Amino acid sequence: MTTEVLSAPDRPSEKFQLHVLKYKLTHWMRHGVAQVFCFSVAAGCLFPLIWMISSSLKTQSTVFSDMSLIVSNPRWSNYYEAWTRGNFGQYFFNSILYTTAVVFGVIIIASMAAYAFSRLQFPGRNFFFILIISTMMIPIPGSFIALYVLLVKLNLVDTRLGYILPQINGGLALGVFLLKTFFDKLPQDLEDAARIDGCNKFQVYLHVALPLAKPAVAVLAVFNALAVWNEYLLAMLVLSDRSLMPLQRGLMVFQGSHITEYPLLMAGIAISIIPILTLYFLMQRYIVAGITAGALKM
Amino acid sequence: MNWNRYRDIFTSYLFVIPAILLFSVFSLIPFFKVFQLSVFEWDGIAPTMSFVGMGNFSTAMFHDTAWWTSLRNAGVVTLLALTLQNLLALILAMIVDREIRGKNFYRVVFYLPPVLSGIVVGLVWNWIFDGSHGLLNHALQGVGLGKWARAWLADPDTALYAVAVIHMWKGFGWGFVILLAGLQAIPRELNEAAKVDGAGEWTIFSKITVPLMLPVFFLVSILTILGTMQIFDIIVSTTNGGPGYHTEVPITRILAAMVGSSRFGYACSLGILFGIILLAVSMVQMKLSKWSSRFSS
Amino acid sequence: MRFRSHRWLFLLSSFLVLVSTGCGKKSSTNNDLVIWHWLTDRDDALQKLAAEYKKQSGVSVRLELYAPSDAYSSRVRAAAQTNTLPDIFGVLGETRDLASFIKSGHILNIQPAMQENSRAWYKTFFQKALANNTFEAGNQYEVNPGIYGVPIDVTNIQMLYNKDLFKQAGLNPDRAPRTWQEWMDAWHKLKAAGIPGLVSGWGETWMIDCFANNYAFNIMGEKKVLDTYRGKVSYTDPDWVKVLSLFEELRKEELLVPGMVTMINKSAEQTFANGKAAFAFNGSWCVNVYRGMNPNLNYAAMLPPAASTNYPMRIWGGAGSSFMVNARSTRQKEVIDFLKWLSGAGPQAELSKETMNLPANKTSVGQLPAQLSSFGSQMDMTTHPSQWPVAEIPTVVEAFDKGIQSILIGERTPLQVATEVQRQKQDYLSRNKKSR
Repeated sequence: MTTEVLSAPDRPSEKFQLHVLKYKLTHWMRHGVAQVFCFSVAAGCLFPLIWMISSSLKTQSTVFSDMSLIVSNPRWSNYYEAWTRGNFGQYFFNSILYTTAVVFGVIIIASMAAYAFSRLQFPGRNFFFILIISTMMIPIPGSFIALYVLLVKLNLVDTRLGYILPQINGGLALGVFLLKTFFDKLPQDLEDAARIDGCNKFQVYLHVALPLAKPAVAVLAVFNALAVWNEYLLAMLVLSDRSLMPLQRGLMVFQGSHITEYPLLMAGIAISIIPILTLYFLMQRYIVAGITAGALKM
Repeated sequence: MNWNRYRDIFTSYLFVIPAILLFSVFSLIPFFKVFQLSVFEWDGIAPTMSFVGMGNFSTAMFHDTAWWTSLRNAGVVTLLALTLQNLLALILAMIVDREIRGKNFYRVVFYLPPVLSGIVVGLVWNWIFDGSHGLLNHALQGVGLGKWARAWLADPDTALYAVAVIHMWKGFGWGFVILLAGLQAIPRELNEAAKVDGAGEWTIFSKITVPLMLPVFFLVSILTILGTMQIFDIIVSTTNGGPGYHTEVPITRILAAMVGSSRFGYACSLGILFGIILLAVSMVQMKLSKWSSRFSS
Repeated sequence: MRFRSHRWLFLLSSFLVLVSTGCGKKSSTNNDLVIWHWLTDRDDALQKLAAEYKKQSGVSVRLELYAPSDAYSSRVRAAAQTNTLPDIFGVLGETRDLASFIKSGHILNIQPAMQENSRAWYKTFFQKALANNTFEAGNQYEVNPGIYGVPIDVTNIQMLYNKDLFKQAGLNPDRAPRTWQEWMDAWHKLKAAGIPGLVSGWGETWMIDCFANNYAFNIMGEKKVLDTYRGKVSYTDPDWVKVLSLFEELRKEELLVPGMVTMINKSAEQTFANGKAAFAFNGSWCVNVYRGMNPNLNYAAMLPPAASTNYPMRIWGGAGSSFMVNARSTRQKEVIDFLKWLSGAGPQAELSKETMNLPANKTSVGQLPAQLSSFGSQMDMTTHPSQWPVAEIPTVVEAFDKGIQSILIGERTPLQVATEVQRQKQDYLSRNKKSR
């Protein structure tokens, strides 16, 4: 708004004030409309969350008979019971380990590949790019059998590594695709400058390109963390030892083939999404940090 | 000089080798397995399988009407997602990109649907669309439109659209986050400078935002297409493909062939057909993206 | 910035090294008998029994749970390809899947063990429960005759009605309708009282298949049904059209709760438990489910009301879950001893007490709640596709079930569906003649 004021210094003051009023009005209107719109969408997003939390405080017999969102006799003990019966302590540790390993694995491997596909010249560049992102397009039914046979041969069944590596591979396609798009968008002048200063390829990638792609890297981290955090089927295929299982295994305790203990399940889910929301919240800083003027002029 | 050139290529390869290595072990081998299986009849158990050549493919192409219905259904949902979902994501991302009160709150809340467990999503939306005690029906009755009330997920006229609504509700958060990151990568100075020059909102949008965001738009639309064509967990938790074949989608058909009737070879051939279609669509998109980027720069 | 990046890299590489080396594979040289199971709700009870068994016999049994059933099936199929199946496992799926596992040499024939000591073990089971895992001589699947699984519970699928809602509509709550006509008469009274009708998870198509099959047996008898599967009788036969017409009648009478066509069974169970439907079509597991959802629900089991007097009504039932012995296990005798113990009266009673499942062991049907024992009393009426000598082609079954869904939403007539199903069948038969 300050620019607006400054940009019209020599106008007659009455007309100017009218102008400001009009501006304020439209500005206010627009903000109002935007607020109402955002708020209604937000309400739609929050509703299931609120429902989940209120369900987590009910009992098995009231969870679907009493549909009110405000619980008269909240059973906070459900959270304690979910935590202990689901053996969340151990599973939490595992899930954090897997998530960290996969997220870092994907970011490092995918960003290097994406940088090469975006900036470097080498034979087979397009071929390899298409090949890698094609995993997003071709669903491989029954691949679990091939994967299991492979892991048995590599002696990776029931190991952490056997659970981590396929997931890093699973995140590569999206990672390469997303990061390449962002690298393509970045201005190249900075990298040229760094090269002239004597940086080699790797240094340019690590110190110039990667920091500039921070928002995309943060997005990738958030997406992959969510995928790994919610992963379950692969764990069932690869792991046997309870002590290696991820968090989702704890939620399985409440979902029998016939009986689902909804209040405990909802409490468990509520607990389980806290870390992932926290991570997203922390990553916000990078997603919206954007490219500052300083970075461009540097 | 040649030596330097080889060295250059070699060091470039070092960047992609980890990715290619992982990909070769964990994707290429299953890929080959799928291609191999697609020409066999195999139940997923027996040590032997019988060779049927192109038999699985010709069955899929000429005898499996449900397969084509499923592709059409997924296509409909994809078109809806491409337009409505992405439009919503873009509008929200642009609003939140500005100075608006509570933007930090909104940024987190809009990402809630993707984070929420599929179980919760299924339960809540089943309740909303329920035929007898559904929230939507209650709301309609409340405003005097009771005659529109129905079992939304079981009605052949609305089931697919109801599923599409759930999918878009769950999906817009992804696009929102990517678009937001893309918008952030537009240098603020450009917008400010344009404002100083007296450019209106629309001019800024069409002359600065859109051209700079084009690659991101293409990225989001390809991801939307791939993600929506492969929709299935929402279907499984709401309609299971019914009523009849009204909400069958390719992945539910592949699973029905594989788990439901133990025809692994056939499931693989469906997977390959599906992959070819998605690959073709993505290629067209990428060509379009390259073609359009010439104009923007 | 430069410094920071290096620190990140250092942290990361040390972390990855830690993950890949520090937490390697544990030695698997222990001597436990290993069971892979999928019974989430019985995990605790089974663990308890395993501990008890260890105390009694000194043999330790390790239970590994893989759930839900899809994940379990994947794991078992994948392990079969590498011959890494455990000592005891289950096969979830159709009879042809079980047959394939047997023919691939994964499952031990336990008939000899069953017949020891003048069939002592054999006699403890409900015969219907064993029938699911039994292959007779000359079976369609070309499996060597024998018994290939130990049932650990039994189940059957019937109808239930809400007694309180019956009272509310002026009906006698102790007399369930027995014929289709009585059912319709009762329904008209319920409808007049504003009470919704039948609820069941017909989004899961096998439940539709089950319901339709009950009436097919009732209208045309077992022989004709199986002859249809053999290809000797057409689906356009008037009897089959009559079966399909029942669904049209259900639609016209508005007997089904709105949205039931795509409902999953868990939602259907909630609806019935909350007294929002007069009838349910559900399996014996529901006793436990309803007990959790609404302990005061006043209901009773009934057979699906007969639509014809030609043949007796049959319901689906048999072994609910079975354990198979790995034919490649090196400790088959110990495995069988454990299963004998597990299927004995004591452990069976304990399992059934914990989870309200009908025990497979006849002798332990002791103190069951009324509803459960009324389910149990109908075990003799049961039949199941896995007990029949022939099976219908899966794609035809699908066309049949989906066709019924389209009748229920008023999209197709019974005759159209019958024609379509028959066309599907002939199409398949002619194609497979060509390729063979």
